[in-house]
Amino acid sequence: MRPLFVFLREPPHIPFVKLHTLGFIISILLTLASIGLLATRGLNFGIDFRGGIVMEVKVATPAADLEGMRTTLNGLGLGEVSLQSFGAPNDVLIRLPRQPGDDAAQQKGVETVRTALGSSFEYRRTEVVGPKVGGELIQAGEIATVLAILAIAAYVWFRFEWQFGLGAIVSTFHDVITTLGLFSLLQLEFNLTTLAAILTIAGYSINDTVVIYDRVRETLRKFKTMPLDGVVDLSLNETLSRTVLTSSVTAVAVLALLLFGGEVIRGFSAAMLWGIIIGTYSSLFIAAPLLLHVRPRRGNEKAAPAAGAKPTKA
Amino acid sequence: MLTFQPWKTWITVIVCLLGVLLALPNVVPQKTLDAMPSWVPTHRISYGLDLQGGSHLLLEVDLKSVNKERLNGALDGLRTALLKEKIGYTQLAVDDEHLVVALRDAADADKVKGLIAQVDPDLATTSMPDGKLQVAYTQQSLIARQNQVVDQSIEIIRRRVDETGTKEPTIQREGDDRILLQLPGIDDPQHMKDVLNRTAKMTFQLVDESVSPEDAKAGHLPPGDELLSAEDISAGRVGQPQQYVINKRVMVDGGSLTGASASFQDNAPVIQFKFDSVGARRFADATRANVRKRFAIVLDKKVISAPVINEPITGGSGVISGSFTVQSANDLALLLRAGALPASLSIIEERTVGPDLGADSVRAGTTACLVAVGLVAMFMVVFYGLFGIYANIALFFNLCLLLAALSTLGATLTLPGIAGIALTLGMAVDANVLVNERIREEARHGRSVISAIDNGFSRAYATIIDANVTHLIAGSLLFELGSGPVKGFAVTLCLGILTSLFTTMLVSRLLVVWWLRRSRPKALPI
Repeated sequence: MRPLFVFLREPPHIPFVKLHTLGFIISILLTLASIGLLATRGLNFGIDFRGGIVMEVKVATPAADLEGMRTTLNGLGLGEVSLQSFGAPNDVLIRLPRQPGDDAAQQKGVETVRTALGSSFEYRRTEVVGPKVGGELIQAGEIATVLAILAIAAYVWFRFEWQFGLGAIVSTFHDVITTLGLFSLLQLEFNLTTLAAILTIAGYSINDTVVIYDRVRETLRKFKTMPLDGVVDLSLNETLSRTVLTSSVTAVAVLALLLFGGEVIRGFSAAMLWGIIIGTYSSLFIAAPLLLHVRPRRGNEKAAPAAGAKPTKA
Repeated sequence: MLTFQPWKTWITVIVCLLGVLLALPNVVPQKTLDAMPSWVPTHRISYGLDLQGGSHLLLEVDLKSVNKERLNGALDGLRTALLKEKIGYTQLAVDDEHLVVALRDAADADKVKGLIAQVDPDLATTSMPDGKLQVAYTQQSLIARQNQVVDQSIEIIRRRVDETGTKEPTIQREGDDRILLQLPGIDDPQHMKDVLNRTAKMTFQLVDESVSPEDAKAGHLPPGDELLSAEDISAGRVGQPQQYVINKRVMVDGGSLTGASASFQDNAPVIQFKFDSVGARRFADATRANVRKRFAIVLDKKVISAPVINEPITGGSGVISGSFTVQSANDLALLLRAGALPASLSIIEERTVGPDLGADSVRAGTTACLVAVGLVAMFMVVFYGLFGIYANIALFFNLCLLLAALSTLGATLTLPGIAGIALTLGMAVDANVLVNERIREEARHGRSVISAIDNGFSRAYATIIDANVTHLIAGSLLFELGSGPVKGFAVTLCLGILTSLFTTMLVSRLLVVWWLRRSRPKALPI
């Protein structure tokens, strides 16, 4: 059985090296914008990190009376209560800010809401995170993300050379920071599963980068006198079909999660989808071209025959 | 390439069949499973609380107060010793983590150090530059006490939870001073929280009737006494004092109880209790010596009731009356049976999921996974034809192996874990894509069919390993960091990477080798 469709039967000749300055500019702008957004708007931390109360309730009627609920709940003196329809119109997500005081005060808040709303609601989910846990989770998240980037870079360094490790660290950092920037821009809720998504993105985007680096290294060995920009261009074009196909397959799987996986993991799926796109982009336009600027060692260059400069094989 | 050693073939086939067999219980109805002979593996993947519904409570043990209480005990001991030895001091107090002693005569310092060591050998004394002595428990003894308190708390929590009839609770220590409590099937943990929120330290102490509570409040509290207020539940009782002056000496404490149960007396709920033999003797002695006086039943520093001792109580059992409701009497009896917590607990994190949301999440997760599998499979056939079908067969075994691994390892599947499965399926085909693209490329460079396939596989492997190791690094960090659901995600992600390595490097390759042997193709089908 033959494939119905062959994507890029012949490798294309996209001048990635020529385009990379543009890529760098775009990425620097994206990174700066993300840092700016994070500094000014910050992230919309969910209760995992900020502490507070989230309750998901469902009402038996076809649609919940959000106005009525808002009036009831705002009269309780629990701070700014936010209500949001969650998936279905009769499914409501109630968010309460962290209650002043200790952990017992948080518990009291839940009780107050339950008493006020009464038993006509089905309490689907209640999450209460005390102030201490939230702070610790932020710290643990930061540490894990930094460690992940460093560990990945160290592995790439160990398997390749430091120039590649540097490229890996820069592109992974770029992917992570722009994902955070997107979350800041859209003020999407940033919670523990989002953090999980970010770490997965770090792992995923490096996947592409490693595949391309692998090819760069192979090409470097094969054509010892070919100029570096030629090597990078050739490697990127030769692996392009794989890069695009793999990313598309994974994106398709994540799209299924986004559409059918339910509200609870929507943030996670959204982050993953963005991460796949930005990760693929950064492998092509940042990680690989970056090698032109740090110039990895070419190994035994004097033995290279002049004829090897052509990237074609007999 | 054509030489795929027989032992490799066998291992691949056996592992795959085993995977299917172990994954099977997850799709077979429970009834069929029950009917199976006992040697058939029937382990299913256990669902996390977010999928089956239940309550997750993270408790923190108040170790600071434990330490402070211990220092206060040492302070009492030292004060007595100093008085006895007639050593003057200008300051004797407990600050945050130390006991500070300032002596009138600095020459006594060495003698005092000796006394301190006598009070408690675990105390370490440091001389401060200003001449004061700073006393604290050694790090070693603090840790020993901390472990003891947390372990004991876990034991008491377990007893309390069991008393409430909760099925299959998980209680485990988390970090230094935390306890994670997972209660499947509990969708309103309020009662459980009420039960856990109380230390339930019960003591029987004498009431000091020589001073009125008003006088005591005004500052005339005799040494050795304390002022305690009445428990809220008795607040409704008219004519009862709201505060009592209580002698600090404990006659008997709740540790001597062997039984407690709720009962009725004069149509009001009461608690019947029974002491062990030592407790019974001490209670008898104490009541004999104090007939006509009042004693107080104190629970967590609140007075439940303060009856007059009409005659010595020698039977070792008694009744506590207060303004109990049936529920509060039952709860208190439960707490007394289970024993007192060595330190108070606070709930620092709660996550409760109702059974309906859990079921919805399972449904949504399964749908998403099936759609993902369908789309990925279609994608592979469209782009790679026959080799795409092989990749899909490998994908199927990958899914089976992943489910089998989750079932046998007893891993917990959470909603993010399901997302991890869907994600793994997408990424698992990456290895196949790499191989297939490489084969095409090798063929383009003019290699024969067999040589192209051979080179395609062998060259792609190094890349596949590198790419997956970096991924595993991220996954294992997630596991270390994560709690609950996120950990579940990390588990499926890491296991998925491992199973996909196996299925691509062995299963899809084996299928291709079989095809090569069978059809001896002249041209590549991709």
